[in-house]
Amino acid sequence: MMFEILFFGLVVLPLLGGCLAFLWRPLAVPANGLVVVVQLVCGFGLASKVMAEGPLTYEAGGWDAPLGINMYADGLTALMLVMVAVVAAAVVVYADGAISLSDQTMDDQQLFWPINLLLLASLNALFLSGDIFNLYVTLELLTLSAVALIGLVGKVDALAAALRYLLIAIAASLLYLLGVAILYSVYGNVDWQLLGGEFRPDAPSLLAIALILSGLLLKTAVFPLHFWLPAAHASAPTPASALLSALVLKASFFIILRLWFSVFPFQDLRAAGLLLTSLGVAAILWGSVQAIRQTHLKLMVAYSTVAQIGYLFLVFSLAGEPSVAFDAWSATALFAVSHAFAKASVFLAAGSLQYATGSGEIESLAGVAQQQPVTTLAFATAGVVLIGLPPSGAFIAKWLLLGAAIKAGQWPLAAVILIGGVLAAIYVFRVVGLLMLSDPPKPTRPIPGRMQYAALSLAIMAATLGVVTAPALRLLGVDAPFGRAADQSLSVAEVVKTFGSSESSSKLWTSSATDGISEGVIEEASNDELE
Amino acid sequence: MTQPILYALAGAVMIGIGLFGAMSCAHVLRKMIGLNIMGAGTFLVLISLARRTPGPVPDPVPHAMVLTGIVVAVSATALALALLRRYYRETGRTQLEPAGDQA
Amino acid sequence: MMSWSELLPLLVVASSLVSGGLIVLLDEKQKTARTILNLGGAVLKVVLVGFLLRGVARGSVYEFHFPLTDDLEFALHASPLSLFFVTLSAGLWLLTTIYAIGYFEDSPNLDRFFAFFSFCVCATTGIALAANMLTFVIFYEILTLTTYPLVVHSGTPAAMRGGRIYLIYTIVGGAVVMLAAVWLQSIVGTYEFTQRGIMADVSPDRYGELRWIFALLMIGFGVKAALVPLHGWLPNAMVAPAPVSALLHAVAVVKAGAFGIVRVVYDVYGVEFCRQIAVTTPLAVAASVTIVYGSVRAVYQDNLKRRLAFSTISQVSYIVLGTAVVGPLATTGGIVHLVHQGLMKITLFFAAGNLARALGVHKVSEMEGVGKRMPWTMAAFTVGALGMIGMPPMAGFISKWYLGRGALETGQGWVVGVLVASTILNAIYFLPIVYAAWFKPATAAWAKQKPTDASEVRLETRWSLLVPPVATGLLTVLIGLFANVPFSPLDWTKFIVEQEYLP
Repeated sequence: MMFEILFFGLVVLPLLGGCLAFLWRPLAVPANGLVVVVQLVCGFGLASKVMAEGPLTYEAGGWDAPLGINMYADGLTALMLVMVAVVAAAVVVYADGAISLSDQTMDDQQLFWPINLLLLASLNALFLSGDIFNLYVTLELLTLSAVALIGLVGKVDALAAALRYLLIAIAASLLYLLGVAILYSVYGNVDWQLLGGEFRPDAPSLLAIALILSGLLLKTAVFPLHFWLPAAHASAPTPASALLSALVLKASFFIILRLWFSVFPFQDLRAAGLLLTSLGVAAILWGSVQAIRQTHLKLMVAYSTVAQIGYLFLVFSLAGEPSVAFDAWSATALFAVSHAFAKASVFLAAGSLQYATGSGEIESLAGVAQQQPVTTLAFATAGVVLIGLPPSGAFIAKWLLLGAAIKAGQWPLAAVILIGGVLAAIYVFRVVGLLMLSDPPKPTRPIPGRMQYAALSLAIMAATLGVVTAPALRLLGVDAPFGRAADQSLSVAEVVKTFGSSESSSKLWTSSATDGISEGVIEEASNDELE
Repeated sequence: MTQPILYALAGAVMIGIGLFGAMSCAHVLRKMIGLNIMGAGTFLVLISLARRTPGPVPDPVPHAMVLTGIVVAVSATALALALLRRYYRETGRTQLEPAGDQA
Repeated sequence: MMSWSELLPLLVVASSLVSGGLIVLLDEKQKTARTILNLGGAVLKVVLVGFLLRGVARGSVYEFHFPLTDDLEFALHASPLSLFFVTLSAGLWLLTTIYAIGYFEDSPNLDRFFAFFSFCVCATTGIALAANMLTFVIFYEILTLTTYPLVVHSGTPAAMRGGRIYLIYTIVGGAVVMLAAVWLQSIVGTYEFTQRGIMADVSPDRYGELRWIFALLMIGFGVKAALVPLHGWLPNAMVAPAPVSALLHAVAVVKAGAFGIVRVVYDVYGVEFCRQIAVTTPLAVAASVTIVYGSVRAVYQDNLKRRLAFSTISQVSYIVLGTAVVGPLATTGGIVHLVHQGLMKITLFFAAGNLARALGVHKVSEMEGVGKRMPWTMAAFTVGALGMIGMPPMAGFISKWYLGRGALETGQGWVVGVLVASTILNAIYFLPIVYAAWFKPATAAWAKQKPTDASEVRLETRWSLLVPPVATGLLTVLIGLFANVPFSPLDWTKFIVEQEYLP
């Protein structure tokens, strides 16, 4: 019953709201306000329920897998949903201010509201999905909403970027779908938990993995498949840029993370893991260097996204070591949340600054801090989080990742983590330093309070995320993939039987593992006992 | 070769053709057509998989997937065409500039 | 609910966070409110530290723990060494706040300045009270961030350049510290700062790694502590306004780096272990090079603040030298110099700030005859300078005395040579100034101008700019004179050192 309410609030409500808001315009803004509040309540509610009772499942329409669609919420899902709720709230407040300002035709700008609702619905549905085909559907809905948001206002560069993104996304989705098709033909179901139990690394499965990963890597803009991102995120309207960098990319990454550790036999895919990490390293270095070279503010921020996404991919070769696996994995999740808050805030602040100075160039920011102290503070604080300085969640995440890299003996990774931080400091402080010059201030347009404080609150939250590390890690521990000594020899029937009851605790999975109690089990057991 | 496998191979070839066309053609409309061919190929593969289960009745699940996929593909195509139309109206061009890393 | 013993250390750290946060919300024109918040916050902090001191003297334990992950926690602990540093910070912050209020009058951006000023002290207090390396690193990095707006406060291109150099050094230094800290944790697991170190159970085949980690930590902390050749940021940071230089160089940044080195040598590695793995001699050499190099460069500076900056580079390494010479006397000399050098240097910087502000004097060559015009300021300056040279009864003499005796006690006579050389050099670059200021006729431009500020007619400058240097100067003399009185810094230091060296 509870899950149905949560599902309604997180998915159905925004979906309905979005469609209705298209038809009846006056409904648009209040619907967004309502959805944002409901999302926050449901997101935090789901998180506390998952922490208390373990992972939740729900069969839509009462049909069991593989025919029915299953919804599934574990710790990672709950954390992602909270992330979406918070960022969306801030962006909606900001957008309300921004749209009232713009000199574009009102109609175009107002389309933001219904499309935003569809975006949020698809995000929530994606994080809650229990099978890989549903992931395809929600991913597509997400892409279409995102593309629409980019091209909303009709500027030429935005249209071109949106079009390119759409074409690439369609191709990527088709590759993913092909992978899903192959998996279905081999295993007879698409529920990812069932798949995880029976996955064998034979030729068709490996082909499917390759296809799925290619599609998702394109969507997550990992180097060298990142070429579509800077233009798309920079030329989109600011609230859209924030949503894209902060949330949309995390959705496709979430799928990779989920599939890699809970479905694919990642222990056998060491080489592929190493490849993913190498791409991540290249992304960090290349993205940071490119960000430093930019002269346009939002392009700089977009390249920063390319770099920061790289950090998320370091986990794929670190999790091979059992002793550091949970640390690396949870650090990656924390980093994703921290980046979402910080990047959204940076984009919002950048958009405000762009509006205030009337120019998108970094040079025009000289001396603006005196007139726009709140926005400058927001930009600086969020920028500091991107560098990975305390007390942000990114700092703790980097500490954990560093520890994992050192314990696993992967010194190049440790070096890259630190170098990435220093490079980020270069491009962040270049802007902050410019802002704080005491040049005779050129007049800037006043920024509405909503815009200023939305950016600032998100920045402050990003900067103090370190404080809630403990509860976040407890949440992540619920049914984390490192509690599973993924036993490949279970039959499908056995697994379906144990999976039959909903709201089962995480111990259910680990009890079916026959040999080798991994550290994760002990960790989970102690997590449960703590409550 | 059994029929389903033949269809599946045809689907694979279509995917190849479609992908190649999407990547190499410059005109956006042709890219779209290429992507649609690729989509059709994927659906063909899915349908042929449905036929592989034993018994006279094919597996309905891939059919459901294909229907969903077609709907998604149509919506995406529609969006792409709308964007292209707007782009053409604004710039008179039907080709996108190559995306590299901007300096 | 938290008990008082958990809450108090947290409050000590947070008091400046709250006052800073409130100042951020103020409007630039609300001068009175800002002054009240400033002074109120500073006084509150001193009061809270007083509670800490009283409690610890009676044997209470003040600790605060906040778990972050299974292995990592944020922890504060009021150990004797922490209290030593925290008292210095809190006391000097109060004086510097008074000074800064007087210094800036109606300059722009004061809300920003005082807010970050408060945050900066919050970070310093956190560094002092940190109970483990993670907490230390957290506040160490926050210190970098909160001092940046202070350094670039005036917003001129020169200030921005100074700020940029500062950042490059400190952020890279911070990254090195982080690497070393995480590496160390991967070897020894979770630990807190413990007297005599935590290395007892480490197997000898990891000593090579431990040496590397030690070197990295010294480099990382050495950036802020201005060890040569990592000192480049400090002279450039002199572009900051006088209150900032005073605070940064006496209390906050430079001392934080030195404090980090002290913590690592005594409470992470343990000084005996350091000698065992032979890292003390390289450290002593680095410190000695810094001492001599800083003094030599100081001789050639005409800009007063730059001369003081190089003097700081030199003097702070006395602390490092004290840690590198393994013996209770040298340790005493080093640690007590934390307070002594802080008091003396802040006096000098206050005086320099007064000279610049009232008379436009920035260079040593302009200081002839200034003693007659600004007697109180120059008196304070003289006391500070004599203390730096090491003349009794100033506090500086005590530190040098103990360092010298400690060096002799452990058979490292060459250290005495370094101390002697440094003393001579200090004399070379300080005595002429003092002599010229008091005994030479005034010839520089300021002599021909009449005082413009009303306050400068009666008293040489505003009282808020006079009280701090006079106070710290007086303290310098008193602490030197009454060094053996209970609860003097020396007495306290001896207490700390006893625990380190007891069997």
